[in-house]
Amino acid sequence: MSSQPNCEKCPVHHKDNLVRLGINMEKMDYVVALAGNPNTGKSTVFNNLTGLRQHTGNWPGKTVGRAEGAFSYDDKRYKIVDLPGTYSLLSTSTDEEVARNFILFGRPDVTVIVADATRLERNLNLVLQILEITNRAILCLNLMDEAKRNHVEIDVRALSRELGIPVVPTSARKREGMSELVKMISEVASGQYVCKPHRTRNHSPQLKRAITKLSKKLLDTYPGLPNADWVALRLLEGDQSIIEALHNGSLGELVENETQIEV
Amino acid sequence: MMEQKNKQVNEEILGMANNLKWELGMDTHDSIVSSLYADAAQIARKTVSMDGDRPSFSMERKIDKVVTSRMLGFPIMFVLLALVFWITISGANYPSGLLASLLVDTLHPLLKNAADSVMPWWLSGVFVDGAYLAMAWVIAVMLPPMAIFFPLFTLLEDLGYLPRVAFNMDSLFRKAGAHGKQALTMSMGFGCNAAGVIAARVIDSPRERLIAIITNNFSLCNGRWPTQILIATIFIGGMVTPFWAGIVSTGAVVGVAVLGIVFSLIVSWGLSKSVLKGEASTFSLELPPYRPPRILQTLYTSLIDRTLFVLWRAVVFAIPAGIVIWLVSNITIGDLSLAEHFIDWSNPFAVVFGLNGVILLAYIIAIPANEIVIPTILMLTVLVTGMAGVGEGSGVMFELDSISSTEGILREGGWTLLTGINLMLFSLLHNPCSTTIYTIYKETKSAKWTAVATFLPIVLGFVVCFFTAQLWYLFF
Repeated sequence: MSSQPNCEKCPVHHKDNLVRLGINMEKMDYVVALAGNPNTGKSTVFNNLTGLRQHTGNWPGKTVGRAEGAFSYDDKRYKIVDLPGTYSLLSTSTDEEVARNFILFGRPDVTVIVADATRLERNLNLVLQILEITNRAILCLNLMDEAKRNHVEIDVRALSRELGIPVVPTSARKREGMSELVKMISEVASGQYVCKPHRTRNHSPQLKRAITKLSKKLLDTYPGLPNADWVALRLLEGDQSIIEALHNGSLGELVENETQIEV
Repeated sequence: MMEQKNKQVNEEILGMANNLKWELGMDTHDSIVSSLYADAAQIARKTVSMDGDRPSFSMERKIDKVVTSRMLGFPIMFVLLALVFWITISGANYPSGLLASLLVDTLHPLLKNAADSVMPWWLSGVFVDGAYLAMAWVIAVMLPPMAIFFPLFTLLEDLGYLPRVAFNMDSLFRKAGAHGKQALTMSMGFGCNAAGVIAARVIDSPRERLIAIITNNFSLCNGRWPTQILIATIFIGGMVTPFWAGIVSTGAVVGVAVLGIVFSLIVSWGLSKSVLKGEASTFSLELPPYRPPRILQTLYTSLIDRTLFVLWRAVVFAIPAGIVIWLVSNITIGDLSLAEHFIDWSNPFAVVFGLNGVILLAYIIAIPANEIVIPTILMLTVLVTGMAGVGEGSGVMFELDSISSTEGILREGGWTLLTGINLMLFSLLHNPCSTTIYTIYKETKSAKWTAVATFLPIVLGFVVCFFTAQLWYLFF
């Protein structure tokens, strides 16, 4: 608490900009998803933004369903969805599916990926997987205070350049970096900041051709399908949940009720 | 028509994907994952630098070596748990008495007088002697222990100790054929079983998830801690000199909690060897870094989110229960009230299990919430013993000024050490509360497994109480 700059402690600081709306979700302008590895402080970030007090705990896997809250900034209203923490989006546990379906079919205007600065490499695996799905993302590099204490230094600008998305260093427990994060969310949501997310270039030419062919077929059937390339890639690697969704026709439903995914 | 067409197209897509997959070879998934990991490693190399050694990590590793060691892991766990209960038990008595004298001794007669002057006797009976007293009782008995227990427990959680508990328990659960993460859902159950049941979503395999859901009830929850603490203080602590009372009753509560863990393991083992057969799957559990707990925020969240939340729930359920209690003890058939009819009828049956009719009736009335079992038992005991000091009529809660007067009432109601022990056991082993049952149904979507999760603990409870009672009758 003590290391907080004076401005942020002052109640006037957020007065005109950030208004925490709790669970009041009327007339939302933008939807923000909050994703990340377990135990990186997603719920703390969520609470800071919404003014809600979702129980936070220092252990992985605390948020299982998804929590929703809201805030408004510069006259725009944002709905924010706290997704369960996952290490990847590739396997099939319930919480990974909740996160993946929301990012893909819920089409959030911004996906804020909360990462643990002290364990960046492992966190980047998930970051890259999310960037395969969505074009609008922000990396919230959390636990910077712990990183500093452990002598881990991160070149934030270089990281942002590599990933092609904004990177905001934060220490959510001390509420540091929150106003920068909110500002970034508004810039990405409004299209002021255009992301050029990192996509892996290591695919073989055959794989690339196969993706193109399959995604064209997918789009013919489901014109509204977000990121058909990604769905095609999942089919090619034999992703059971997507195959199942095609078998029983639920993929079509997901495309249609994009934001009404049951958790 | 439309659906038919879509189905056909979907199969076409799948067929196409399948053909392409064959052309590409089988290792598409692996190559995608490895190129992803290679990218991540490369980016990290470019952007992260570490200078010098990492002092606090190595410190953490040293602490972890101790708290998760084979030799000390479990003892440290028990000592920490015991310390939390001891502080709770020894700290709660005085504020409890104070609240009771305020809400029951002072406020109740005032309200009663005021109510009697404006409404008929039965209406003031229902509201003031039933609803208000039940609520006052719940607040006086439950608020102080909860206000001490929850912040302490939340501090442990905030510090990062719970994953270490899971780490210690992991191998035991795997030996029982269950998922190691069940240790986490079990720990959550110590707060609230409904939360623990939802938390079982972190377990991927449906078989292991079911086991975790069914056995979660063996974690003593918020609603049951106060019962355990109170009965242990009265009957177990009451047997020894005041100096030892706190320590002995703490031991009893820890004993029941540990017994719950043992049952959780045994039942998991039984299920995984019979109806839910299968191998335990592996997983990796990350031990999060220790973080200095934020004292003020912990106090706030544990007081608002947990203490007041549980208290509110208890009060909401206690008010109608208070009305029901007043009614069953004032509506008479012949010369006995409904409650007395039931208690007389069920007593012979209950004694076989070392319980009594009052306890059985209380558990029936208290199905909506475990929190009100103790107040209900006390009200009913006063009613059947027809004790003095209940001048207002039957079904009225007595005037409690401290835990010691509670003891007097229970002893006059014919309670013994056996009744106390068996109530503690039965409070551990009985059906989950209605919220948890509903949550289990929502999570499993199966009436069958919901029924199993509901009745299995009750059957176990009666079996365990039966054997305890028979052994007791054999020796005493």
